[in-house]
Amino acid sequence: MKFLVFIQSHESKINNNSLESLCAAQKLAASHNAEVHAVTFDKVVAENISQYEISSTIYINNQELRSYNPIYYLKCIEILNSNLNPDLIIFGHTYETRDWVPRLSARFEFPFISDCTNIDLTDKMAFIRPIYQAKLSEKIKLNGKGIISFQAGSFSKDDLKQGNSTINEQSLDMSNLELNINPGERFKESADGVDLSTSEVIVSIGRGISKEENIPLAKELAEKLNAQIGASRPVVDAGWLDHSFQIGSSGQVVSPKLYLAIGISGAIQHLVGMKGSKNIMAINKDPNAPIFEISDYAVVGDIFEILPKLIEEL
Amino acid sequence: MKICVLIKQVASEDSSLILNDDKISFNTSSINFVSNEPDTYALEEALQIKEKFDAEVTVCTLGPESSRQVLKDALAKGADNGIYISDEGIDTSSPLNIAKVLSSALKDSNFDLILSGLQSNDTGFSQIGLLVAEYLDTSHASLVMGTELINDCKNVKVKLELENGWFQWSELGLPASLTIQSGINSPRYATLKGIMSVKNKEVKEFNKDNISTDYNSSYTVVERFIPQKSKETETIDGSPDEIVEKMIDVMKNKLRLVQ
Repeated sequence: MKFLVFIQSHESKINNNSLESLCAAQKLAASHNAEVHAVTFDKVVAENISQYEISSTIYINNQELRSYNPIYYLKCIEILNSNLNPDLIIFGHTYETRDWVPRLSARFEFPFISDCTNIDLTDKMAFIRPIYQAKLSEKIKLNGKGIISFQAGSFSKDDLKQGNSTINEQSLDMSNLELNINPGERFKESADGVDLSTSEVIVSIGRGISKEENIPLAKELAEKLNAQIGASRPVVDAGWLDHSFQIGSSGQVVSPKLYLAIGISGAIQHLVGMKGSKNIMAINKDPNAPIFEISDYAVVGDIFEILPKLIEEL
Repeated sequence: MKICVLIKQVASEDSSLILNDDKISFNTSSINFVSNEPDTYALEEALQIKEKFDAEVTVCTLGPESSRQVLKDALAKGADNGIYISDEGIDTSSPLNIAKVLSSALKDSNFDLILSGLQSNDTGFSQIGLLVAEYLDTSHASLVMGTELINDCKNVKVKLELENGWFQWSELGLPASLTIQSGINSPRYATLKGIMSVKNKEVKEFNKDNISTDYNSSYTVVERFIPQKSKETETIDGSPDEIVEKMIDVMKNKLRLVQ
């Protein structure tokens, strides 16, 4: 068998999620007796990746691939697929992956099992992924060729096996493509963004806070705990807090000593951003809230009864 | 301008998910079905485009008989007509199959824009809008946070959400398929007049006999299960006073965060 791992990078910096997926590929290859090949569009990244235990590092040297455009990315992997003929193509489940890899799936007629969190190594080509906002998981088995993406944090890049692989550099002909997608410059919206990545304690607010008028209650608690405020997506979408406070896959990734989740049910996109916290304490009135699955302390109760008393006692 | 919005009927967030003995299907009697929330943002975006330009909004769903309700809800909010595809006898176990069936139903309508929610709250593959883009050979964008039709409605400019708080504008040729990020707008409620108008709006019907189902299921869903806990969880419950006392004990004595 042959696996191809796509290494995403930006300005020669390798995406962490890609490294984690490379680690997943190494583990899967060991139990399926497969070769692992990695592909990158960046020379510096190619040199870094070649230091891991893989069969080859493919460096595609094309001007068109220097910044992300799905049309060129698709064409490149289309050419590479017909040359290399891999059984499995592996990605980190990044926003870019979500944007272009489904089209790859339709173009190749390979099923794309997206957002996997684990591999079932007791079975052949079997993968685990969350469904119903992570309330359940499902196991899917590939019956032929396929595409897989792994959610951030599913594997650790510290487990990558070191080695030495040759770099295979090539340039592809990507002329005559109809460019009906033209991405512009990247930009940031709020310059005064808060950095929560170094916070010791975070009080994070979810949909359960019910309305904007209740936000000061959470802020008061944060003050008592010397904590910073964070939020889940619905709170930010409702405009109760600025986008820069958002924690999760589209916001910040945090790992404080204490993450106090208030009325957060625990959608998978949120968990991705905070599951690395040293201690997670969650308050939710639903004893089956998914946030409790990853909590150290599951506080089952009404936040509007608990918070005022907690603030008073602290 | 013709706009199609793809809407799926899914289990509401507060539904109890009880698996049947096959460990794959659910006991539907304990499920409350609703329109997939991310899709409601796609519908609202289409309705707002319709208000600015001369556009016709079609809503399309694929599913069991019960999913006709999502079309009714969308028509009541202001969509002009609907497409209902019955899933009876159709294998909808993979996104590729679903996208093929949808594309087959949509291809002759020549839509300028196809909008869908970023992902469904059930299986959450976040692929359908993009697979349809490939099958119908349109341009695409995902995680769309804003849309603006430009050049006399020949192009669409979209604001994309990237990771870690970054954004990007991208210009697309039409036709285009866009997957809409939640929070892009504030979805409207249906008006009484809108609800009354539903019965006069046309819904085109498709089923396995008048649609191409040229698909091959190349994977198998083996089983569904409640995920194993990754860590020991200490439950804190009781009266609010007891809860607060225990919480403070943890913060003081175990985590040493407060004096």
